Amino acid sequence: MRRTNLLAAALIAPLLLLILGSFLVPVGLTLFRAVADREVVATLPETSAILAGWDGEGLPPEAAFAALAREAGAALQARRIGDLAQRLNFERTGLRTALLRVARAADRLAAPHAQSLPALDARWGERETWLLLQRAGGPTTALYLLRAMDATRTPQGEVRALPVEERLYRTLFLRTLGISLLVTALCVLLAYPVAAAIAGLRPPWSAVALTLVLIPFWSSVLVRSTAWFVLLQREGPVNGALQALGMLEAPVQMLGTRFAVVLALVHVLLPFAILPMHSVMKGLDGTFLRAAASLGANGPQRFLRVWLPLSLPGVLAGGAMVFLLSVGMYTAPALVGGDRDQMVAWFIANFMNRDVNWGMAAALSAYLLAMTGAMVGLVRVLTGGVAQAGLRG
Amino acid sequence: MRAALLLFTALVLGFLLAPMAAVVLLSFSPTELMVLPPRGLSLRWYEAFLTEGRWVLATRNSFVVAFATTALATLLGTAAAIGLQLGRFRGKAVLLTLLTLPMVTPYIVTAAAMFFAYSLVGLSGSLAGLVLGHTVVAVPFVVVAVLATLQGFDATLLRAAASLGAAPLPALWRVVVPNIWPGIAAGAIFAFATSLDEFVITLFLAGPGQFTLPRQMYASVREFLSPTILAAATLLFLSSLVFLLGSELLRLRAARRAAR
Repeated sequence: MRRTNLLAAALIAPLLLLILGSFLVPVGLTLFRAVADREVVATLPETSAILAGWDGEGLPPEAAFAALAREAGAALQARRIGDLAQRLNFERTGLRTALLRVARAADRLAAPHAQSLPALDARWGERETWLLLQRAGGPTTALYLLRAMDATRTPQGEVRALPVEERLYRTLFLRTLGISLLVTALCVLLAYPVAAAIAGLRPPWSAVALTLVLIPFWSSVLVRSTAWFVLLQREGPVNGALQALGMLEAPVQMLGTRFAVVLALVHVLLPFAILPMHSVMKGLDGTFLRAAASLGANGPQRFLRVWLPLSLPGVLAGGAMVFLLSVGMYTAPALVGGDRDQMVAWFIANFMNRDVNWGMAAALSAYLLAMTGAMVGLVRVLTGGVAQAGLRG
Repeated sequence: MRAALLLFTALVLGFLLAPMAAVVLLSFSPTELMVLPPRGLSLRWYEAFLTEGRWVLATRNSFVVAFATTALATLLGTAAAIGLQLGRFRGKAVLLTLLTLPMVTPYIVTAAAMFFAYSLVGLSGSLAGLVLGHTVVAVPFVVVAVLATLQGFDATLLRAAASLGAAPLPALWRVVVPNIWPGIAAGAIFAFATSLDEFVITLFLAGPGQFTLPRQMYASVREFLSPTILAAATLLFLSSLVFLLGSELLRLRAARRAAR
């Protein structure tokens, strides 16, 4: 027995190491980026140390002003001030300018620095700026996680919601959730009758119909999204067909609309709903329905009280799969959706590629993971319940 | 009632297949105009696909990465599945969840994590990093497929081999693998298809010159929509039909085996 277990462990270990090293640890590191705050300590170690000892009353000692000027100047010389400037500016717009002014003038600034710095940029004469710098001393911050929920911290450390016109992410998450729920509902409603019909077909036809579902299932999301990108062009086939049928007078802009996103997502994800439903329904015993009929149940009763409860595990599995894939989908919305109507994945990609703001990319990823994790947990609980109900039934 | 249900099913299946059919038709368009029905047929976009450097390079990259991914994922996935089946220890369910976690993690999160972590060790922007990333998302399918066929494997065969003096690894190779190869092959096909179609991870992990077919398609769509993209899409679509056929044949074979 022990030998077998040793062999088993040796067989599992390589893959476990691969998944740990190239998936779990990277995800963990990324999630840590959502709370990590190292830019200030890394670039302004001395300033940071002096500020750590400041009581936060009035303004910090002259030594802090002098250290800031020296370290900012050195960082600019060494061309490693960018991360710090971005970090400070992200928390309070304008601090990039304030920092760079000091860095550029570092050599020319005369003592006492507590006077020459505020003369250069008034923000260095404000207690709020120094409090912010003190709090940014790390090692962790809630800044990104708060900002991803449209909240911020006042210099005094209170959590406040951002003013309405600066809010962005709550709407983004609600939009992502809304689109995903709509897509899930549409997929379940379309898939259920189709799965039932295929389960009821006779052998050669059931295989044919199932193959027709498997064809889109096997072809890639990108290929199918590209197909919609082509079809929905202003001069594309869909506009052409609608005009030829007299349903449209002039071509309509379809790309970049919510309609296009939902259409493409439903098309891409529908097979993921049909297949689990079909596999549950195929396993159902038709004699239950005949028994119900012989006991006097009419059509709707047979459906509602026998067929529907028995097929519910398939509905849950399919619906959950569609929701999971939809909520994190990048490809389809990026191709056919508008820039102002994107989902969470698109924002994560932009924070990585365009803004190079790892904190925000990581914070949004953390919330997205929480959403999918909650969904997986919910389905576990529900399917546990349904499986037991099915046994009793 | 039944007629209405069948009609509805036919309509939904039509909706599922129509876009792909349209792309296939449009890829044979004689002009750059994408109208249906096409005004004539031509292979010029396929010729462009086969001769333009960037498409040729992207195809080559795609196949190099897909083959390497399939080899790695099949080897590690099969070994782990056999280990999970043989082992008699607690926490197997947790282990299986851990190994298949990449399946339920949003691709964008996986991609972001890999981009960040791989660049720390110099793996981002390399084909090796790309293969590693693709393997992570492809390997759960291998594990699941092989585990499924292992359910029908009689473990006493392995004990018989051991009692006849076979060392553990040769016994696995000569007794277990021949019995479960349909599952291994099905997993390998899925791994290959996953890698060939993978887009989001590639978008972040691949270096500036390392275009794969999906990445080249996406870049071209954003740049200028030429029917060459549709030729590429059609070829990817055809390859997925081949994969589907292969996996169905394996499934039928496994079903017949189980019936015997």
